Amino acid sequence: MNGNGNLRVGLYICHCGTNIAGTIDVKAVAAWGETLPGVVVSREYKYMCSDPGQQLIVDDVREQHLNRIVVASCSPLLHEQTFRGATAKAGLNPFFFHMVNVREHDSWVHEDKQAATEKAKDLIRAAVRRVAFHKPLEKKRVPIHPDVLIVGGGIAGIHAALTLANAGKHVYLVEREPTIGGHMAKFDKTFPTLDCAACILTPKMTAVKKHPNITLWTLSDVTQIEGYVGNFTVTVKRHPRYIIEDLCVGCLECIEACVYKQAKYPDEFNLGLGKRKPIYIPFPQAVPQLPVIDRETCIEFKSGRCKKTCVEVCGDRKAIDFKQQESTETINVGSVILATGFQVFDARRLPYYGYGKFPNVYTSLEAERLINAAGPTQGEVILRDGRKPKTVGILHCIGSRDENTNRWCSRVCCMYSLKLAHLIKEHTGAEIFNFYIDIRTPGKGFEEFYQRLLNEGVHFIRGKGAEINTWPLDPSEEGKLIIRVEDTLIGKIRRIPVDMVVLSVGLEPHADAGDVRRLFNISCSSEGWFLERHPKLAPVNTFTDGIFLAGCCQGPKDIPDSVAQAGAAAAESLALIDSKFVELEPNTAYILEEACSGCKTCIPLCPYSAISFVEAKKKAEINEALCKGCGTCVAACPSGSIRQNLFEDEEIFEEIKGVLAHA
Amino acid sequence: MAYTYFPGCCMHGFARHCQDSLYAVFNALGLELRELKDWNCCGATSYIAVDEYQAFTLAARNLALAEQAGLEVVAPCNACFMVLKKAQDYLARYSNLRERIEAALARGGLQYSGTVQVRHPLEIVIEKIGIKALREKVKRPLKGWNVAPYYGCLLTRPYTLRNGMTLEAFDQLIPALGANLVDFELKDRCCGGSLTGTIEEVGDRLVYILLHEAKRHNADVLVTVCPLCQLNVETHQKQFIRRDREDVNIPVPYFTQLIGLALGIPEKDLGLDRLLVPLDRVLEEHPAELRAAA
Ligand SMILES: Cc1cc2nc3c(=O)[nH]c(=O)nc-3n(C[C@H](O)[C@H](O)[C@H](O)COP(=O)(O)OP(=O)(O)OC[C@H]3O[C@@H](n4cnc5c(N)ncnc54)[C@H](O)[C@@H]3O)c2cc1C
Repeated sequence: MNGNGNLRVGLYICHCGTNIAGTIDVKAVAAWGETLPGVVVSREYKYMCSDPGQQLIVDDVREQHLNRIVVASCSPLLHEQTFRGATAKAGLNPFFFHMVNVREHDSWVHEDKQAATEKAKDLIRAAVRRVAFHKPLEKKRVPIHPDVLIVGGGIAGIHAALTLANAGKHVYLVEREPTIGGHMAKFDKTFPTLDCAACILTPKMTAVKKHPNITLWTLSDVTQIEGYVGNFTVTVKRHPRYIIEDLCVGCLECIEACVYKQAKYPDEFNLGLGKRKPIYIPFPQAVPQLPVIDRETCIEFKSGRCKKTCVEVCGDRKAIDFKQQESTETINVGSVILATGFQVFDARRLPYYGYGKFPNVYTSLEAERLINAAGPTQGEVILRDGRKPKTVGILHCIGSRDENTNRWCSRVCCMYSLKLAHLIKEHTGAEIFNFYIDIRTPGKGFEEFYQRLLNEGVHFIRGKGAEINTWPLDPSEEGKLIIRVEDTLIGKIRRIPVDMVVLSVGLEPHADAGDVRRLFNISCSSEGWFLERHPKLAPVNTFTDGIFLAGCCQGPKDIPDSVAQAGAAAAESLALIDSKFVELEPNTAYILEEACSGCKTCIPLCPYSAISFVEAKKKAEINEALCKGCGTCVAACPSGSIRQNLFEDEEIFEEIKGVLAHA
Repeated sequence: MAYTYFPGCCMHGFARHCQDSLYAVFNALGLELRELKDWNCCGATSYIAVDEYQAFTLAARNLALAEQAGLEVVAPCNACFMVLKKAQDYLARYSNLRERIEAALARGGLQYSGTVQVRHPLEIVIEKIGIKALREKVKRPLKGWNVAPYYGCLLTRPYTLRNGMTLEAFDQLIPALGANLVDFELKDRCCGGSLTGTIEEVGDRLVYILLHEAKRHNADVLVTVCPLCQLNVETHQKQFIRRDREDVNIPVPYFTQLIGLALGIPEKDLGLDRLLVPLDRVLEEHPAELRAAA
C-alpha cells in the first residue's frame, strides 16, 4: 500500500475511564485524527477493550471498508491481543492493526494536559503512517511435545509426577539427592493431624518408581535447557552412584559386607546425628532402593587396595562398578515443573543461640530425626550426652521475621514447633517451653491443634528468645542451657534453664536457587523465591511460557499447600499439552537469500541459536520456531539482507517520520 | 611504623597505667605513637545518646586533625574507637549529615575528606605484628596463668572490626603469651558502661555476672582491651565483697600490660602499681619464667 493509494484507516482513541481522558483531550485528538491522510474513521470511546468498544471496530470495517486499524489506548502487553482479535473478527489480517500506548507512555506520566495531548497526536501520527506498510502475517503453529520434565523429587515433585503420569503423560523426574522424598521423608509425624509421614509418603515414592510413565533419575542435575514452550531440549547430568541400577536388586547385602564393620561417617540424611558406612542407603524406604557409594570415604577410591567384600557378596549380580562415570542424557519435553523446594536457615548465622557450640542445641530438622522411629536413636529423644531431657525450650522464628537475616514469616514453623512440642512431650514427658513472637495457626485444624497443646500443659512464653548461654547465676541453672527472653506478657527479662533447645529454623531459598533460576530463565522475588506470573491469578505459572512452579521453591508453605500447588502445576501442564499446538508470534527475522553473502556474521550473535548455515546454498537460514524476534542479526547483517516482520525498514522509517512531523 | 595516637579522656586520666603499658609495648614492638595535637572529646557516652549530630561533629574534628597528619589513628578505648568509626560511616553514607558537619568544620577552618583509618591497638598487634612473631618475642611466658579474654560489647558492633577480624582471632593472643586461654562465653558482653554511675543496680549486676563467671571458670585474670571496661570491672569488685557476696576478686589488666609482662618489659613501665586489684597474687602463684635465651 505504498503511496497510500487506497489506504482506509480506522483510528480509535480510548478514554480508559479518566486514566487517559483525564489528561489527554481525547475529543480534540479524535477530531484532529480525521484530518490525517488515509484516516477514514476517527473516534473516541470510553473503554475500547470492552465488547461494545471492540464491536465499533468490527462494524466500521464492514461499513466503511477499512483496511487498517490503529487503537490509541494502554500498553500492548495488556490489550494488543484483544484488538488483533477484533481486527481478525472484522475479517482483516490481525497484523493490519497497530497499537499506540497513550496511557503508560503519556497520560500517566505527564501533568501538562496540552503537552500530553500534543504528544498523543505525535504518537498516533507515527502509527497511522507505519500501519500503512504492515504486511499480512500468519502465526506459526508448532506442535507441543507431550513429555514433561519435573525438577526436584520432594512431595511437590512427586505429586505432580504421579498426576501427570496417571493422565498418561511421560514424566522425567530429576532429583539431585540419592533418593526422592525431600524434607517430608525426614519427618515422623505431620501437623496438624499427626499422621505418620512415612505412611503417607512412601507409597507415593514407590508408585513413582514403579510407574511405567515415569523415568526417575536421582543423583542428577539439569545442566542445560534450550528451546521454547512446547519444545524444550534438556540436558541432564547423571552423577555416578557406583551401582549399576539395572543389575542391583536392592538386597543391601553389600552394606552389611562392607569392610567397615561399624558405621563411621556422619550420615547426611540424619544431618550428622547418625553414622553410615561408605556404602549406604540414605534411609530404609529410600527410592530407588539402591545403595550408593561415597567416593570421599570409600577405601577403594582412596587407596585402590580395599578387599572389596561388597563386590564379593554381590557375586554374580556384578552390580557394583567403581569405574562408573558421569553420564549425560538429552531429552525433549514440552513443559517443565520446578519443584526444588527450600533449605532450612543455617542457625550458625546467629551465634547467640549457640548452635554448633552447645551440643544440646538442635535445629528443628534435627529434632525431627531424633523423634523419628527410623532415625539415629530409633525415636528415643536422647541428647548428645546420652541424657533424656527433662526440660526443653523451643525457640520460634530463628531466621524468620528477623531484620538481620530473613524478614519473611516461614509459615510452617509455628505449626511444626507445636508438633515437636507435642511429640517430645509424648516421648519424654519433659516440661516444654515455647518462645514465640506471635503464634500463627491460620490453616484448617491448626488453631484447634494449638488449643490442644495449651491443654496438654505446654508452656508458651511470648517473647523471642534472645540468647542461649551457659553461665549459671544460681544453683538451679548449673549445667543447663539458659534461655534469656523478654517475657512481653509480664514485662520482665527471664532466664529459663533447660536441658535441650530446639531452634525452629525458617525456610529459605536454596543457596543455588539463583543458578537454577538463570538456567530456566525465570524470575525470582527479592528474597530469592521463584516468582509466579501473578500472585493471585497465575500462581503456578512463570513469566516463561511452559515453565511452572510447585511447592516451596515458590515460597514457604506446608505439605497440603505444596500438594495443591503441585496438582495445579500438573493441570496447567496438561492443559498446555492438550492444546496440542503453540502459536508463535510472527515478528521473526527472515533472510533475503539473493542478498545474503554467506559471511556468517549473524550466526554466533543469535542468543537463541536460531541461525544455521546451509552449506549447499552458502546462505544463512533462520529457524522461525527458535527465533524470538530480538533483531540482533537484523542490525548486524553487513549486507542488510536480514529483515524482520513487523519491524521492516519502511515501517520503522515511516514511524520516525510520523513522530518528527510535528507541525 | 608510626601512628597518630588518639588517647581520649580515659588514657590521660584514670587509665594512665593503660597508656603507660601501651606506649611501652608499642615501643618494644617498633611501633611509634604520636599523640594527636589539640584533640577533643571523641563524642562517645552521653553525647551520642543525646545528639548524634554534635557527637559526630566532635568525632569529625578529631578525624580532620588526624587527616592532616596522614597516619592511621590508634584509638585504645573501645568507645572512642567505635564513635570515630561510626562517624566515618555516617559521614560517608548520609550526605545531609555530612554537609552540616562539613559546614561546622569549615567554621573552625578544618575539612575532612574521609581518608583516615581508625584502628584498635589490639587489631594492630594482631595484624601488623602477628601471633607468630609475637610468640617469638616472648621472654617471660605467662606459664600457668588462666586468662579470660574480655573485649566488651562495642567491638562486635557494626562499623567496628574490619572484615574478617573476629574475637576468636584475638583470643590467640593469650596462648601466644604462654598463658592458658579460658573459654569465656561473656567476652563480648556489656561491662555496665555508664550504668554503673546512673542506674547502679543494673550496672553492678552486669559487672557481677562477668566476675562471677570468670571465677567459675577459674580465671586468674580477666584481660580487657578498653579502659572503660577496665574501670568498671575493677572498681566495682570491692563493692560486691563488701555487700557480702562471694569473693569475686580478680585482677583486670589492660591487654598491653600482659603483653608487656610477657615481653619482659620492667613492671614499673607497665603501670602495674596502679591496678586497684593487683596482679601480685597471680605473679606469686605463677612466677613468670624467664625463657632460656635462644
Ligand atoms: C522442621 C520442619 C518440619 C515440618 N513439618 C511439617 C509438617 O508436619 N506438616 C506439613 O504440612 N509441613 C511441614 N513442613 C513443611 C514441609 O517440609 C514442606 O511443605 C514440604 O517439604 C515442601 O515440599 P517440596 O517438595 O516443595 O520441597 P522439598 O521437600 O524441599 O523437596 C525438594 C526436592 O528437590 C530436590 N532439589 C532441590 N534442588 C534441586 C535441583 N537443582 N535439581 C534437582 N533436585 C533438586 C531436593 O533434593 C528435594 O528432594 C515442615 C518443615 C520443616 C523445616
